[in-house]
Amino acid sequence: MAVAPGAKNFRNAFLSPEHFKKSAPQVWTGFQTNIKLMLVAEVLVLAIALLIALIRNLPGAAVFPLRILAIAYTDIFRGIPLILVVFMVGLGLPALQLKVVSTQSVFVYGVVALTLVYSAYVAEVYRAGIESVHGSQVAAARSLSLSHWQTMRHVVLPQAIRRVIPPLLNDFIGLQKDTALVALIGVVEAGREAQDYSSVTFNFTGYTVAAVFFIALTIPLARFTDYLIRRDQRRMRATGG
Amino acid sequence: MSTNGAALLLEDVHKTYVQEEVLRGIDLEVATHEVICLIGASGSGKSTLLKCINLIEPVTQGRIFVQGEEITAKDVDQNRIRRNIGIVFQAFNLFPHMTVLKNVTLAPRKVLGLSKAKAESEAMELLTRFGLADKAPEYPDRLSGGQQQRAAIVRALAMQPKIMLLDEVTSALDPELVAEVLNVIRELAESGMTMVIATHEMGFARDIANRVCFLDAGVILEQGPPEAIFSSPQNRRTQQFLQRIIEAGRL
Repeated sequence: MAVAPGAKNFRNAFLSPEHFKKSAPQVWTGFQTNIKLMLVAEVLVLAIALLIALIRNLPGAAVFPLRILAIAYTDIFRGIPLILVVFMVGLGLPALQLKVVSTQSVFVYGVVALTLVYSAYVAEVYRAGIESVHGSQVAAARSLSLSHWQTMRHVVLPQAIRRVIPPLLNDFIGLQKDTALVALIGVVEAGREAQDYSSVTFNFTGYTVAAVFFIALTIPLARFTDYLIRRDQRRMRATGG
Repeated sequence: MSTNGAALLLEDVHKTYVQEEVLRGIDLEVATHEVICLIGASGSGKSTLLKCINLIEPVTQGRIFVQGEEITAKDVDQNRIRRNIGIVFQAFNLFPHMTVLKNVTLAPRKVLGLSKAKAESEAMELLTRFGLADKAPEYPDRLSGGQQQRAAIVRALAMQPKIMLLDEVTSALDPELVAEVLNVIRELAESGMTMVIATHEMGFARDIANRVCFLDAGVILEQGPPEAIFSSPQNRRTQQFLQRIIEAGRL
C-alpha cells in the first residue's frame, strides 16, 4: 500500500487520524442502529429458521404440504439477493396501503427483510445439523417411548445445534454486516452516517470507523464461540484421566 | 385368537426392505420369564426381528402380540407399546450430550412423568445394582465399552419393561469387557426377566437360554433347548453353522 502512487491520497482520505476522531461519535450513533437491527433480526431468525427446519423434518404424509411450503420458502429467499428483498419489503409493503403492514418504520422493514432472507439460510444450517445426528440416536430415543417431539427436543436438537454453532456464527456475522444494506430504504445506520460525514467533509475516514466498529463486534463474538465449543468438548470427551 | 398368556407371540412375521425379504415368516411364542437366544449368521435376520418387535421397523406382513395385545395393529399407540419392551443395541446408542444419570432418567421423567427426584433415586438404585453408581455424573465418552453397555441396559430397565430385547450387545466390546455385560444379563435372567437375545456368544447362549432358535435367511430353521441344539442339531444348516463356530473357537 505504501508503494502505491496514490498511497498518500488514500491515507488522507480513509485513514486520517483527525477525521477518525471527529467522525467516530456520529458513526457510533448510527452503529447503535446496526446493533439493534442485528439483535432483533438474529433472535427472530434463530426461532423462525428452527421452525422451518423442524417442519421440513416432520414425518408422515399428512404434513406433506407443510414440508413443501418450508422447502419453497428456503428456495425462494435463499435465491433472491438480499438487496432486492430490502427494496421489496421497504418500498413494496408501504405501497400496499394496508393497515398495519404498510405503516411501519423503516427499521421494522429492515428487520423484516433481514429476517426473511437469513431465516432461509439458517434453516438449512439447522437441517444439516439435524440430519447429521445418526439414526441410531433416534431409534434409541423412540425405543424408550419418547415421542417424535420429545426425541427432537431432548436428543436430536441438543446434539445438532452443538455441531452447527460455527456455521450459525458464520451466518450471524453475515447478518451483522448486511444490516448496512437496509440504509438503502432510509434506515440511518453506521454506513449512512459515514456517508453523511463524507459529504460534508469530503473525507472517507468515517467508513473506516464503521469498518472498525463491525470488526470490533465480530472478533470477540468469534472467540467467545470458540470458547463455548471448547468448553463443551472438554465436558463430553474423554480426557484420559 | 388365544395367546395362552404368552409374553410375546409372533405370527408369520415378514419384513421386506426395498428388494430383499429379510424375514420370511417367523412364528415364535415366548412365555413369561423365558429367555430365548437367537443365533445365526450375520444377515440371517436376528436384528431385524428384534427391531420389528420393538416397532422400530414396521412389519411387512404378519402379526405380533405382547401379552395378548396385537402391537402391529394399525391404530395402536406405539409409544405406549414400547414402554413395555426395552431394547439394547450393539452400539449402545447412549446419548453423548447427557450424563449417565440423565440418560437413564430422561424417559422415566418425560414419558412416565416421574419427578426428577423420584426418577433419580430409582436410577441410582439400578446403577448401584449394576456397579455404575460412581459413573452417574460422567458423560458416556468417559466410560469403557462395557460400562457404556451396562449403562444402556440400565437405561432400558428404568422404564420397567416387561420384555427385554438384546441385539448383539457384546459384539462391539473388547473381549475382556464381554464378561461384565454377560454377567448383567445373567442376573436379569435370574430375576425372571423375559428376554429375547440375539447373540454370537454361543457358550453364553448355552448357559442362559431356555430355548435357542437358529435363524437362517429369515426363517427359524431349528429351535429347542440349548443342549439339543448345541449337542445334536438336526438341520444340516444348523450343523454347518455350529461347525464353523466350533472351528472359529467360539464354542
